Amino acid sequence: MLKTTPFHARTSALVQGQAWRRWAGYMVASSYELLHEREYAAIRNSAALIDVSPLYKYSVAGPGAARLLDRMVTRDVTRCALHQVMYTPWCDARGKVIDDGTISRLAEQEYRLTSAEPNLRWLSLNAVGLDATITDISERLGALALQGPLSRTILERLCETDLSGLKYFRLLHCRARGIPVTVSRTGYTGDLGYELWVEAARAVELWDALIAAGTPYGITPAGIWALDLARIEAGLVMLDVDYHSSHHALIPAQESSPLELGLEWAVSWSKGPFNGRQALRRERERGAEWRFVGIAVDWVSLEALYAKVGLPPQLPAVAWRASVPVYRDNLQIGYASSGCWSPLLKQYLALAHLRAPHFAPGTRVRFELTVEHRRLQADARVVALPFFDPERKRA
Amino acid sequence: MPSRYDCILIGGGHNALVAAAYLARGGRRVLVLERRPLVGGAAVTEEIFPGFKFSVFSYVVSLLRPEIIRDLELPRHGLQILPLESTIVPLDNGDHLGFWSDPDQSRRELARHSPHDAEAATLFGRLMHHMAMAVKPILAMVPPDPASLAPSDLKGMLKFAGHFRSLGAERFHALYKLMTMAAADYLDEWFELDPLKATKSASGIIGTFLGPRSPGSAYVLLHHYMGEIDGAFRAWGFQKGGTGEISEAIARAARAAGAEIRTEAAVERVLVRGGRATGVALASGEEILAPVVVSGLDPRRTFLELVEPAQLPDELVQAIQRFKFRGSSGKVNLALSELPDFRCLPGVGPHLRGAVSISPSLDYLERAYDDAKYGEFSREPYMDIVIPSMIDPGMAPPGQHVMSCFVQYAPYHLNGGWNDARREAFGDAVVNTLTRYAPNLKSAIIGRQVLSPADIERITGLSEGNIFQGELALHQLFFLRPAPAWARYRTPIRGYWQCGAGTHPGGGIMGASGRLAALEILKGRG
Repeated sequence: MLKTTPFHARTSALVQGQAWRRWAGYMVASSYELLHEREYAAIRNSAALIDVSPLYKYSVAGPGAARLLDRMVTRDVTRCALHQVMYTPWCDARGKVIDDGTISRLAEQEYRLTSAEPNLRWLSLNAVGLDATITDISERLGALALQGPLSRTILERLCETDLSGLKYFRLLHCRARGIPVTVSRTGYTGDLGYELWVEAARAVELWDALIAAGTPYGITPAGIWALDLARIEAGLVMLDVDYHSSHHALIPAQESSPLELGLEWAVSWSKGPFNGRQALRRERERGAEWRFVGIAVDWVSLEALYAKVGLPPQLPAVAWRASVPVYRDNLQIGYASSGCWSPLLKQYLALAHLRAPHFAPGTRVRFELTVEHRRLQADARVVALPFFDPERKRA
Repeated sequence: MPSRYDCILIGGGHNALVAAAYLARGGRRVLVLERRPLVGGAAVTEEIFPGFKFSVFSYVVSLLRPEIIRDLELPRHGLQILPLESTIVPLDNGDHLGFWSDPDQSRRELARHSPHDAEAATLFGRLMHHMAMAVKPILAMVPPDPASLAPSDLKGMLKFAGHFRSLGAERFHALYKLMTMAAADYLDEWFELDPLKATKSASGIIGTFLGPRSPGSAYVLLHHYMGEIDGAFRAWGFQKGGTGEISEAIARAARAAGAEIRTEAAVERVLVRGGRATGVALASGEEILAPVVVSGLDPRRTFLELVEPAQLPDELVQAIQRFKFRGSSGKVNLALSELPDFRCLPGVGPHLRGAVSISPSLDYLERAYDDAKYGEFSREPYMDIVIPSMIDPGMAPPGQHVMSCFVQYAPYHLNGGWNDARREAFGDAVVNTLTRYAPNLKSAIIGRQVLSPADIERITGLSEGNIFQGELALHQLFFLRPAPAWARYRTPIRGYWQCGAGTHPGGGIMGASGRLAALEILKGRG
């Protein structure tokens, strides 16, 4: 049996089509309704409530906590202010990404790390000689993402707190209808949104309070299909879909560096020693071989390929996760790793790994498209990420 | 005196805004003049009661051409279309008929009433898909003139004929039937379930002075199948913030391309010198010059009011005088303190996020038409209802709602004419009819806006309140829209053009007329 999240009593009653999927050994809803379009629309129009409890969560506390994390990840954790959250990848000694997640500074000497994969051993290895206590709190905490333009309004009703001062990638501790929660202004949708962290024992209570407060504002439980569309629009990379952990890679070609994943902004070149620093410096000097970019498929070209067989364009309603070749001048220059039709932007989008020097925004490429069982190519171009970046995300 | 503008567009409806955006993108210096304080024409959002926003007239979207969305980058300018999921039809026996977005759910619901129709619906859907595919290229075509021997017209006719031949016999015959038959007769060939036929045929009477048993109504049905969202035909959606936000998005795209938009600037007439348009005169007396003047207004205003009919050929004037408007629909917008509780599906549920169609039987619709035929509004009208606040919570204060009721029939030519008392009596007929299906409705109403066709005409300027700028009847389509020989967006006055829904292909928030007109204008060097 797969594990269930602390919200299962509520979520399981809502999954109309028993559309569950695996996430880190848990079962989570792919979609609650039979079609996920309304759940996606809520992310961009009102507010979606997404159970993200399967994330791994570690408490790192003590005088050496900051040092430990700083040694492990690529961001400069010594600059992480109290109640700040940092997104960061972390690498092995060869500068290849093991995982990515967030570090939240909950108290002066207390941090929480979230990750997609188990990292207890890796944290312990990095803790040698440091006075820090590492605790796996994954099962102790439930996590909900409340994402969308009305998420702040709903949370303000619920927490009776003014959230306008809570900036992007900051957190606060508060009570929501009496339930202690940590609210961080973070998410995986590229929209205005928050993540709520709650003791598992009070998770269902928090869910009910959110639904009650959010119903007049269109709060909508949303599953992973909806989330996946939003994260592609937001250009956010996903472990095991867009890249593989260097701890799982069977051959070097399956590994990626932060530079190759478009995460150079999350690498501090000025801070002290950290895992992978030397390798990353060398890579920066010679230039990364790959780059993670956005691809927008040209509609006229796509429509023409379908028109030839008498069909209107068939668009993927659910985001796909597969390897799709990308060409330039009949030469394969890379591959897309996920893609979708963006209901918001009205564009066929993909996230792709392209080889140097073909990854400059504006580069015209060809995107493989299977039309009635035949592999054809549509015109496409390289686009800077994110595809969608509304002002409200940071405002 | 050199003019500051290359093109002036009269009226800020969505087609004129689309044309303005294309013209500005084509490098022209463009000015849009709108009489009202806001752009959009019949696609406007207004806060009629504090906190309650209405898509006052046009209320859903499907027909907006995808090429316009792409060319003008409308998503970047605020276009955001939210899914409308379902249609439910309350029945007289207390049951309901539902159409859902999930195909299995929809099929099972239909089979509950008629296993035969549940299967037929699949095949009917496929045929409609093929019909929409057949008509789609025509939507993007400037109508050729079949009576003309000009090479471009001959080429156009050849293309047109070739297109029909490529359909194959079966589809051509189906299309011919759709073009000529009554919606009810056509649907009789497919289905047995009366409320199903009624609801489908309702698409065939919208905005038209026809009943479901009137020949020609099948075409209007097809017109409503041609909408595309994300490649899927027959998909209807709701714009976040109401239909006014579509107009605003197009206006933003036009401004971004350099167009200037002036509101509260009513054009009184087009200035013509030596058979050529030279600019416009505003009601304020101000004159603005430009070598190209484009009317986004309907054909009656374009040809009989903005210019001196004496400057036009007699046969054109007569054709326009005969052009049928005959507004047949009204609109009732309600501000509600609570959601309507439908007898057939009590409580709050997903059905309130879709449409509610008051079309229980073909006889019901035909009787509603009978009233209108003899100059009365329907005592029990057909209605297409949506609750926009269920889809976009921003349309009403939290916990409260707005309800949009498209109502037919409300004839423009009402016996004795429209006045305040008749308008409110019409509103009462709507509320009373609805209250039979949702008993709590009457007490939930905290604000009511009733719009007769006369009101639609007064506020938007649409002649006789016809929502399509003239009926979508076969004799008023393609190379006959609005008149023979003048269906290519030109007029007999050089430099004077038309771009409203009264030209091909017309009707609905489609934008195709505005786009095609702009592309024709840009072809010329003028």
